[in-house]
Amino acid sequence: MTLLKIDDLKVEFPGRHDTFVAVENIQLELEPGQIYGLVGESGAGKSTIGNAVIDLLEPPGRVAAGHIALDGTAIENLPYEKMRSIRGRRIGMIFQDPLTSLNPLYTVEYQLVETIQTHLKLSEVEAAARAIELLDQVGIPEPEVRVKHYPHQFSGGMRQRVVIALALCGEPELIIADEPTTALDVSIQAQILDLIRSLCKQRQVGMVIITHDMGVIADITDNVAVMYHGKIVEKGPTAKILSTPEHPYTKSLISAVPRADLRLNRFPMVDYIEGPEPTRSSFDVSTHWLGKARDFSASDGGALVRVESLSIKFVTQRSILPSRNKLFTAVDNVSFEIRDGETFGLVGESGSGKSTIARSIAGLYRPASGSIHFAGGNLTAIKDEKQLRPYRQQMQMIFQDPFSSLNSRMRVLDIVAEPIRFHKLASSRAEVVEIVEDLLEHVGLGRAAAKRFPHEFSGGQRQRISIARALATRPRFLICDEPTSALDVSIQAQILNLLKDLQDELGLTMLFISHDLPVIRQMCDRVAVMRHGKICEIAETEQLFEEPGHEYTRHLLDLMPKLENLSREGLDVADEDAARQSQ
Amino acid sequence: MIGFIFKRFIQSFIVMFLVALLAFTMFNFLGDPVNQMVGIDTTAADREALRDRLGLNDPLLVQFGRFVSNAVQFEFGQSYQHKRAVSGLILDRLPATLELSMIAAIFTLVVGVPMGVYTGLHRDSLLSKIFMTISLVGVSLPTFLIGILLIFVFSVQLQWLPSFGRGEVIDFGFWSTGLLTATGWKAIIMPAVTLGLFQMTLIMRLVRSEMLEVLRSDYIKFARARGLASRAINFGHALKNTLVPVITIAGLQLGSLIAFAIITETVFQWPGMGLLFLQAIQVVDIPIMAAYLMLIAFFFVMINMIVDLLYYVVDPRLRVDATS
Repeated sequence: MTLLKIDDLKVEFPGRHDTFVAVENIQLELEPGQIYGLVGESGAGKSTIGNAVIDLLEPPGRVAAGHIALDGTAIENLPYEKMRSIRGRRIGMIFQDPLTSLNPLYTVEYQLVETIQTHLKLSEVEAAARAIELLDQVGIPEPEVRVKHYPHQFSGGMRQRVVIALALCGEPELIIADEPTTALDVSIQAQILDLIRSLCKQRQVGMVIITHDMGVIADITDNVAVMYHGKIVEKGPTAKILSTPEHPYTKSLISAVPRADLRLNRFPMVDYIEGPEPTRSSFDVSTHWLGKARDFSASDGGALVRVESLSIKFVTQRSILPSRNKLFTAVDNVSFEIRDGETFGLVGESGSGKSTIARSIAGLYRPASGSIHFAGGNLTAIKDEKQLRPYRQQMQMIFQDPFSSLNSRMRVLDIVAEPIRFHKLASSRAEVVEIVEDLLEHVGLGRAAAKRFPHEFSGGQRQRISIARALATRPRFLICDEPTSALDVSIQAQILNLLKDLQDELGLTMLFISHDLPVIRQMCDRVAVMRHGKICEIAETEQLFEEPGHEYTRHLLDLMPKLENLSREGLDVADEDAARQSQ
Repeated sequence: MIGFIFKRFIQSFIVMFLVALLAFTMFNFLGDPVNQMVGIDTTAADREALRDRLGLNDPLLVQFGRFVSNAVQFEFGQSYQHKRAVSGLILDRLPATLELSMIAAIFTLVVGVPMGVYTGLHRDSLLSKIFMTISLVGVSLPTFLIGILLIFVFSVQLQWLPSFGRGEVIDFGFWSTGLLTATGWKAIIMPAVTLGLFQMTLIMRLVRSEMLEVLRSDYIKFARARGLASRAINFGHALKNTLVPVITIAGLQLGSLIAFAIITETVFQWPGMGLLFLQAIQVVDIPIMAAYLMLIAFFFVMINMIVDLLYYVVDPRLRVDATS
């Protein structure tokens, strides 16, 4: 018997003026013990399908047409209490962010026991024993001790295990996992995917995995449906879809996944949706405003940035006596150089100290010891804020989250103009406006963008605004802290290509931080691998990927989802590039 | 945690010290206390003798030291007007004010929190809209007006409730309570409602907005996805998460209920500290004013300490020591 059968499903969100159709014509069948992947970019309607199955659509969303059958019985549009007896008991759900999925005020035991007792007729003692058993099954060490702990005492990966244990409390037949590993590090992701796979096989649970990550799809799903604009454009066995995709969108999406095995000149674009790359005028640095005053003095021995035995510590627990404060060493005795004109990559898992280094170079954190040299000056030795300004002007930062890094109450014009005004780089108001509009054109937004507010732009466009703002001081050094991790793969390709173009045109030096190894391979000339605040290895990118020197680097490379069987068809230009590169 | 409590103690101590300084300066800069105590026909020599006896000729520092050490022993000298020990006067009046404030606070929480939860859960229902409208009235009408309106309706028109006083009081020596007699209860209803109405609407609106916030969170969605009963989700998971800000506000409000009972006590002629304080101001009875100031500051400091400790009880993330 088919476990889950979705037939011609249509979900709509009625609005004041018109009705928004989130998904339409959805057909899906899932057998017990199978894992079904739903893949697509944000806004494609993947999560809507999951929410429709478990009847947790955000109001005013509703199932407008079609059927959802669990084990042969229709479950769409059931009354609340009836559906409640199915939720958790027959259909479990796992959410994306393990940090916010658990109630912070209750112990794990309380939450498990509460859920178990809701679904199974067990006494308090039996339920508590069952809770420990479940924690053991999802691979939490010392479950008898850990069960008494509160969620904040668990790490991200461990919390996601707790979330899975909670989803298993009612022994459901079907589990819907909405981006279960997106918020996790690559090594934790591998563990959680392993766990999900083995649970499916052991318990013969059917699973729907919703993700934007082709790596996850390739790794654990049996079947996959590719979604685009609320419709399934292509579906079938995962191996077949990934190796011989038929729909142009699928081809485009697969080819846009950054490759870990080869370095390409440019990122392949998802041209099915985005069309050709937005036209941006290239410019001649010798005559352009951005090129003015660029006769930078030669830096020491070709190194623009030199970090020497840098350590950064944070106070975790304050004491009355400063000497008794408990300290956490975020960065531990790190030294490296960034050469003029290169892209230097910093890679590592979360908490490894990547961003801390970037921020201390930008002057946002004060180092506990060590020194940072930039363009010949020792930044750590300069105490006077005014004397730091010329250095600050030459380095700019681009942040990860395009939504919180722009002031939503300011027009784009003022956002980009702020650094120009601060550093007094333009003589008149008219000149400032002219420069800002010119910059916006160069990052591919068009001059008209200056008059609008940030909320009118998508994530990718906002990141372009951030880049324009960073360029506004005529910098020679850009610090990019995970600039594309919040973006879809197609947008990521655009932004990274833009950064590459700007670097070529302006001769920028970049510090590029990412947890994503394929992106690092495409972007960087040299890479430092970080772990627990220390650098394990610094090497040329190609060398690092081909012959990793450090054990941890090998470990990280091993954990990358294997995408060898992905189709690279429809990638003609890029393949030529690749061929040229590998010669 | 112990370090935290210790720090709070030091802060409280500093606050109390500053309030004491303020209260003390009143003695020296709000007119001459001797003039307040004696008639116009008292001779200059008698006045000087009185000054000596009261220690008003000692250096300021000595006077301040004496004031503080007396205050610590709950000794604030003689009231100029009543010619009695201020501490005795205050102890007489304190139970009335505390009872009124407590009943008002209980009314605030017992009515305000459920109304907030209800309006948070059913934000579009008719009843919610009625509650929200009433709360607007509660926020915008001044306390004395509400009191007078209540007196007009329930005392003058309907003649159900007394318009002034505490009713029959049972005296235990150190404490006199109106909560053990029917007339006492009748008398406290209107003042307590008047006093608590503003705070109630505040709590209601706070709980409502916090509930709306929490109900959007992932863990509530996850709790729904696990099939938990609505009761468990709304009250077990959602309400408890709204408590931290509610405790903060409720604690501060309790302090102001005690401190600002003055207006209500005046409207209802409630024989509490507020009334005593108001009368003291009229005749510049500085010892009573100083004592009142110190006492209210003490209440505020204590309530704040308790609120801070309650955070630890509610939110496990603050109990740093317990982290593994």
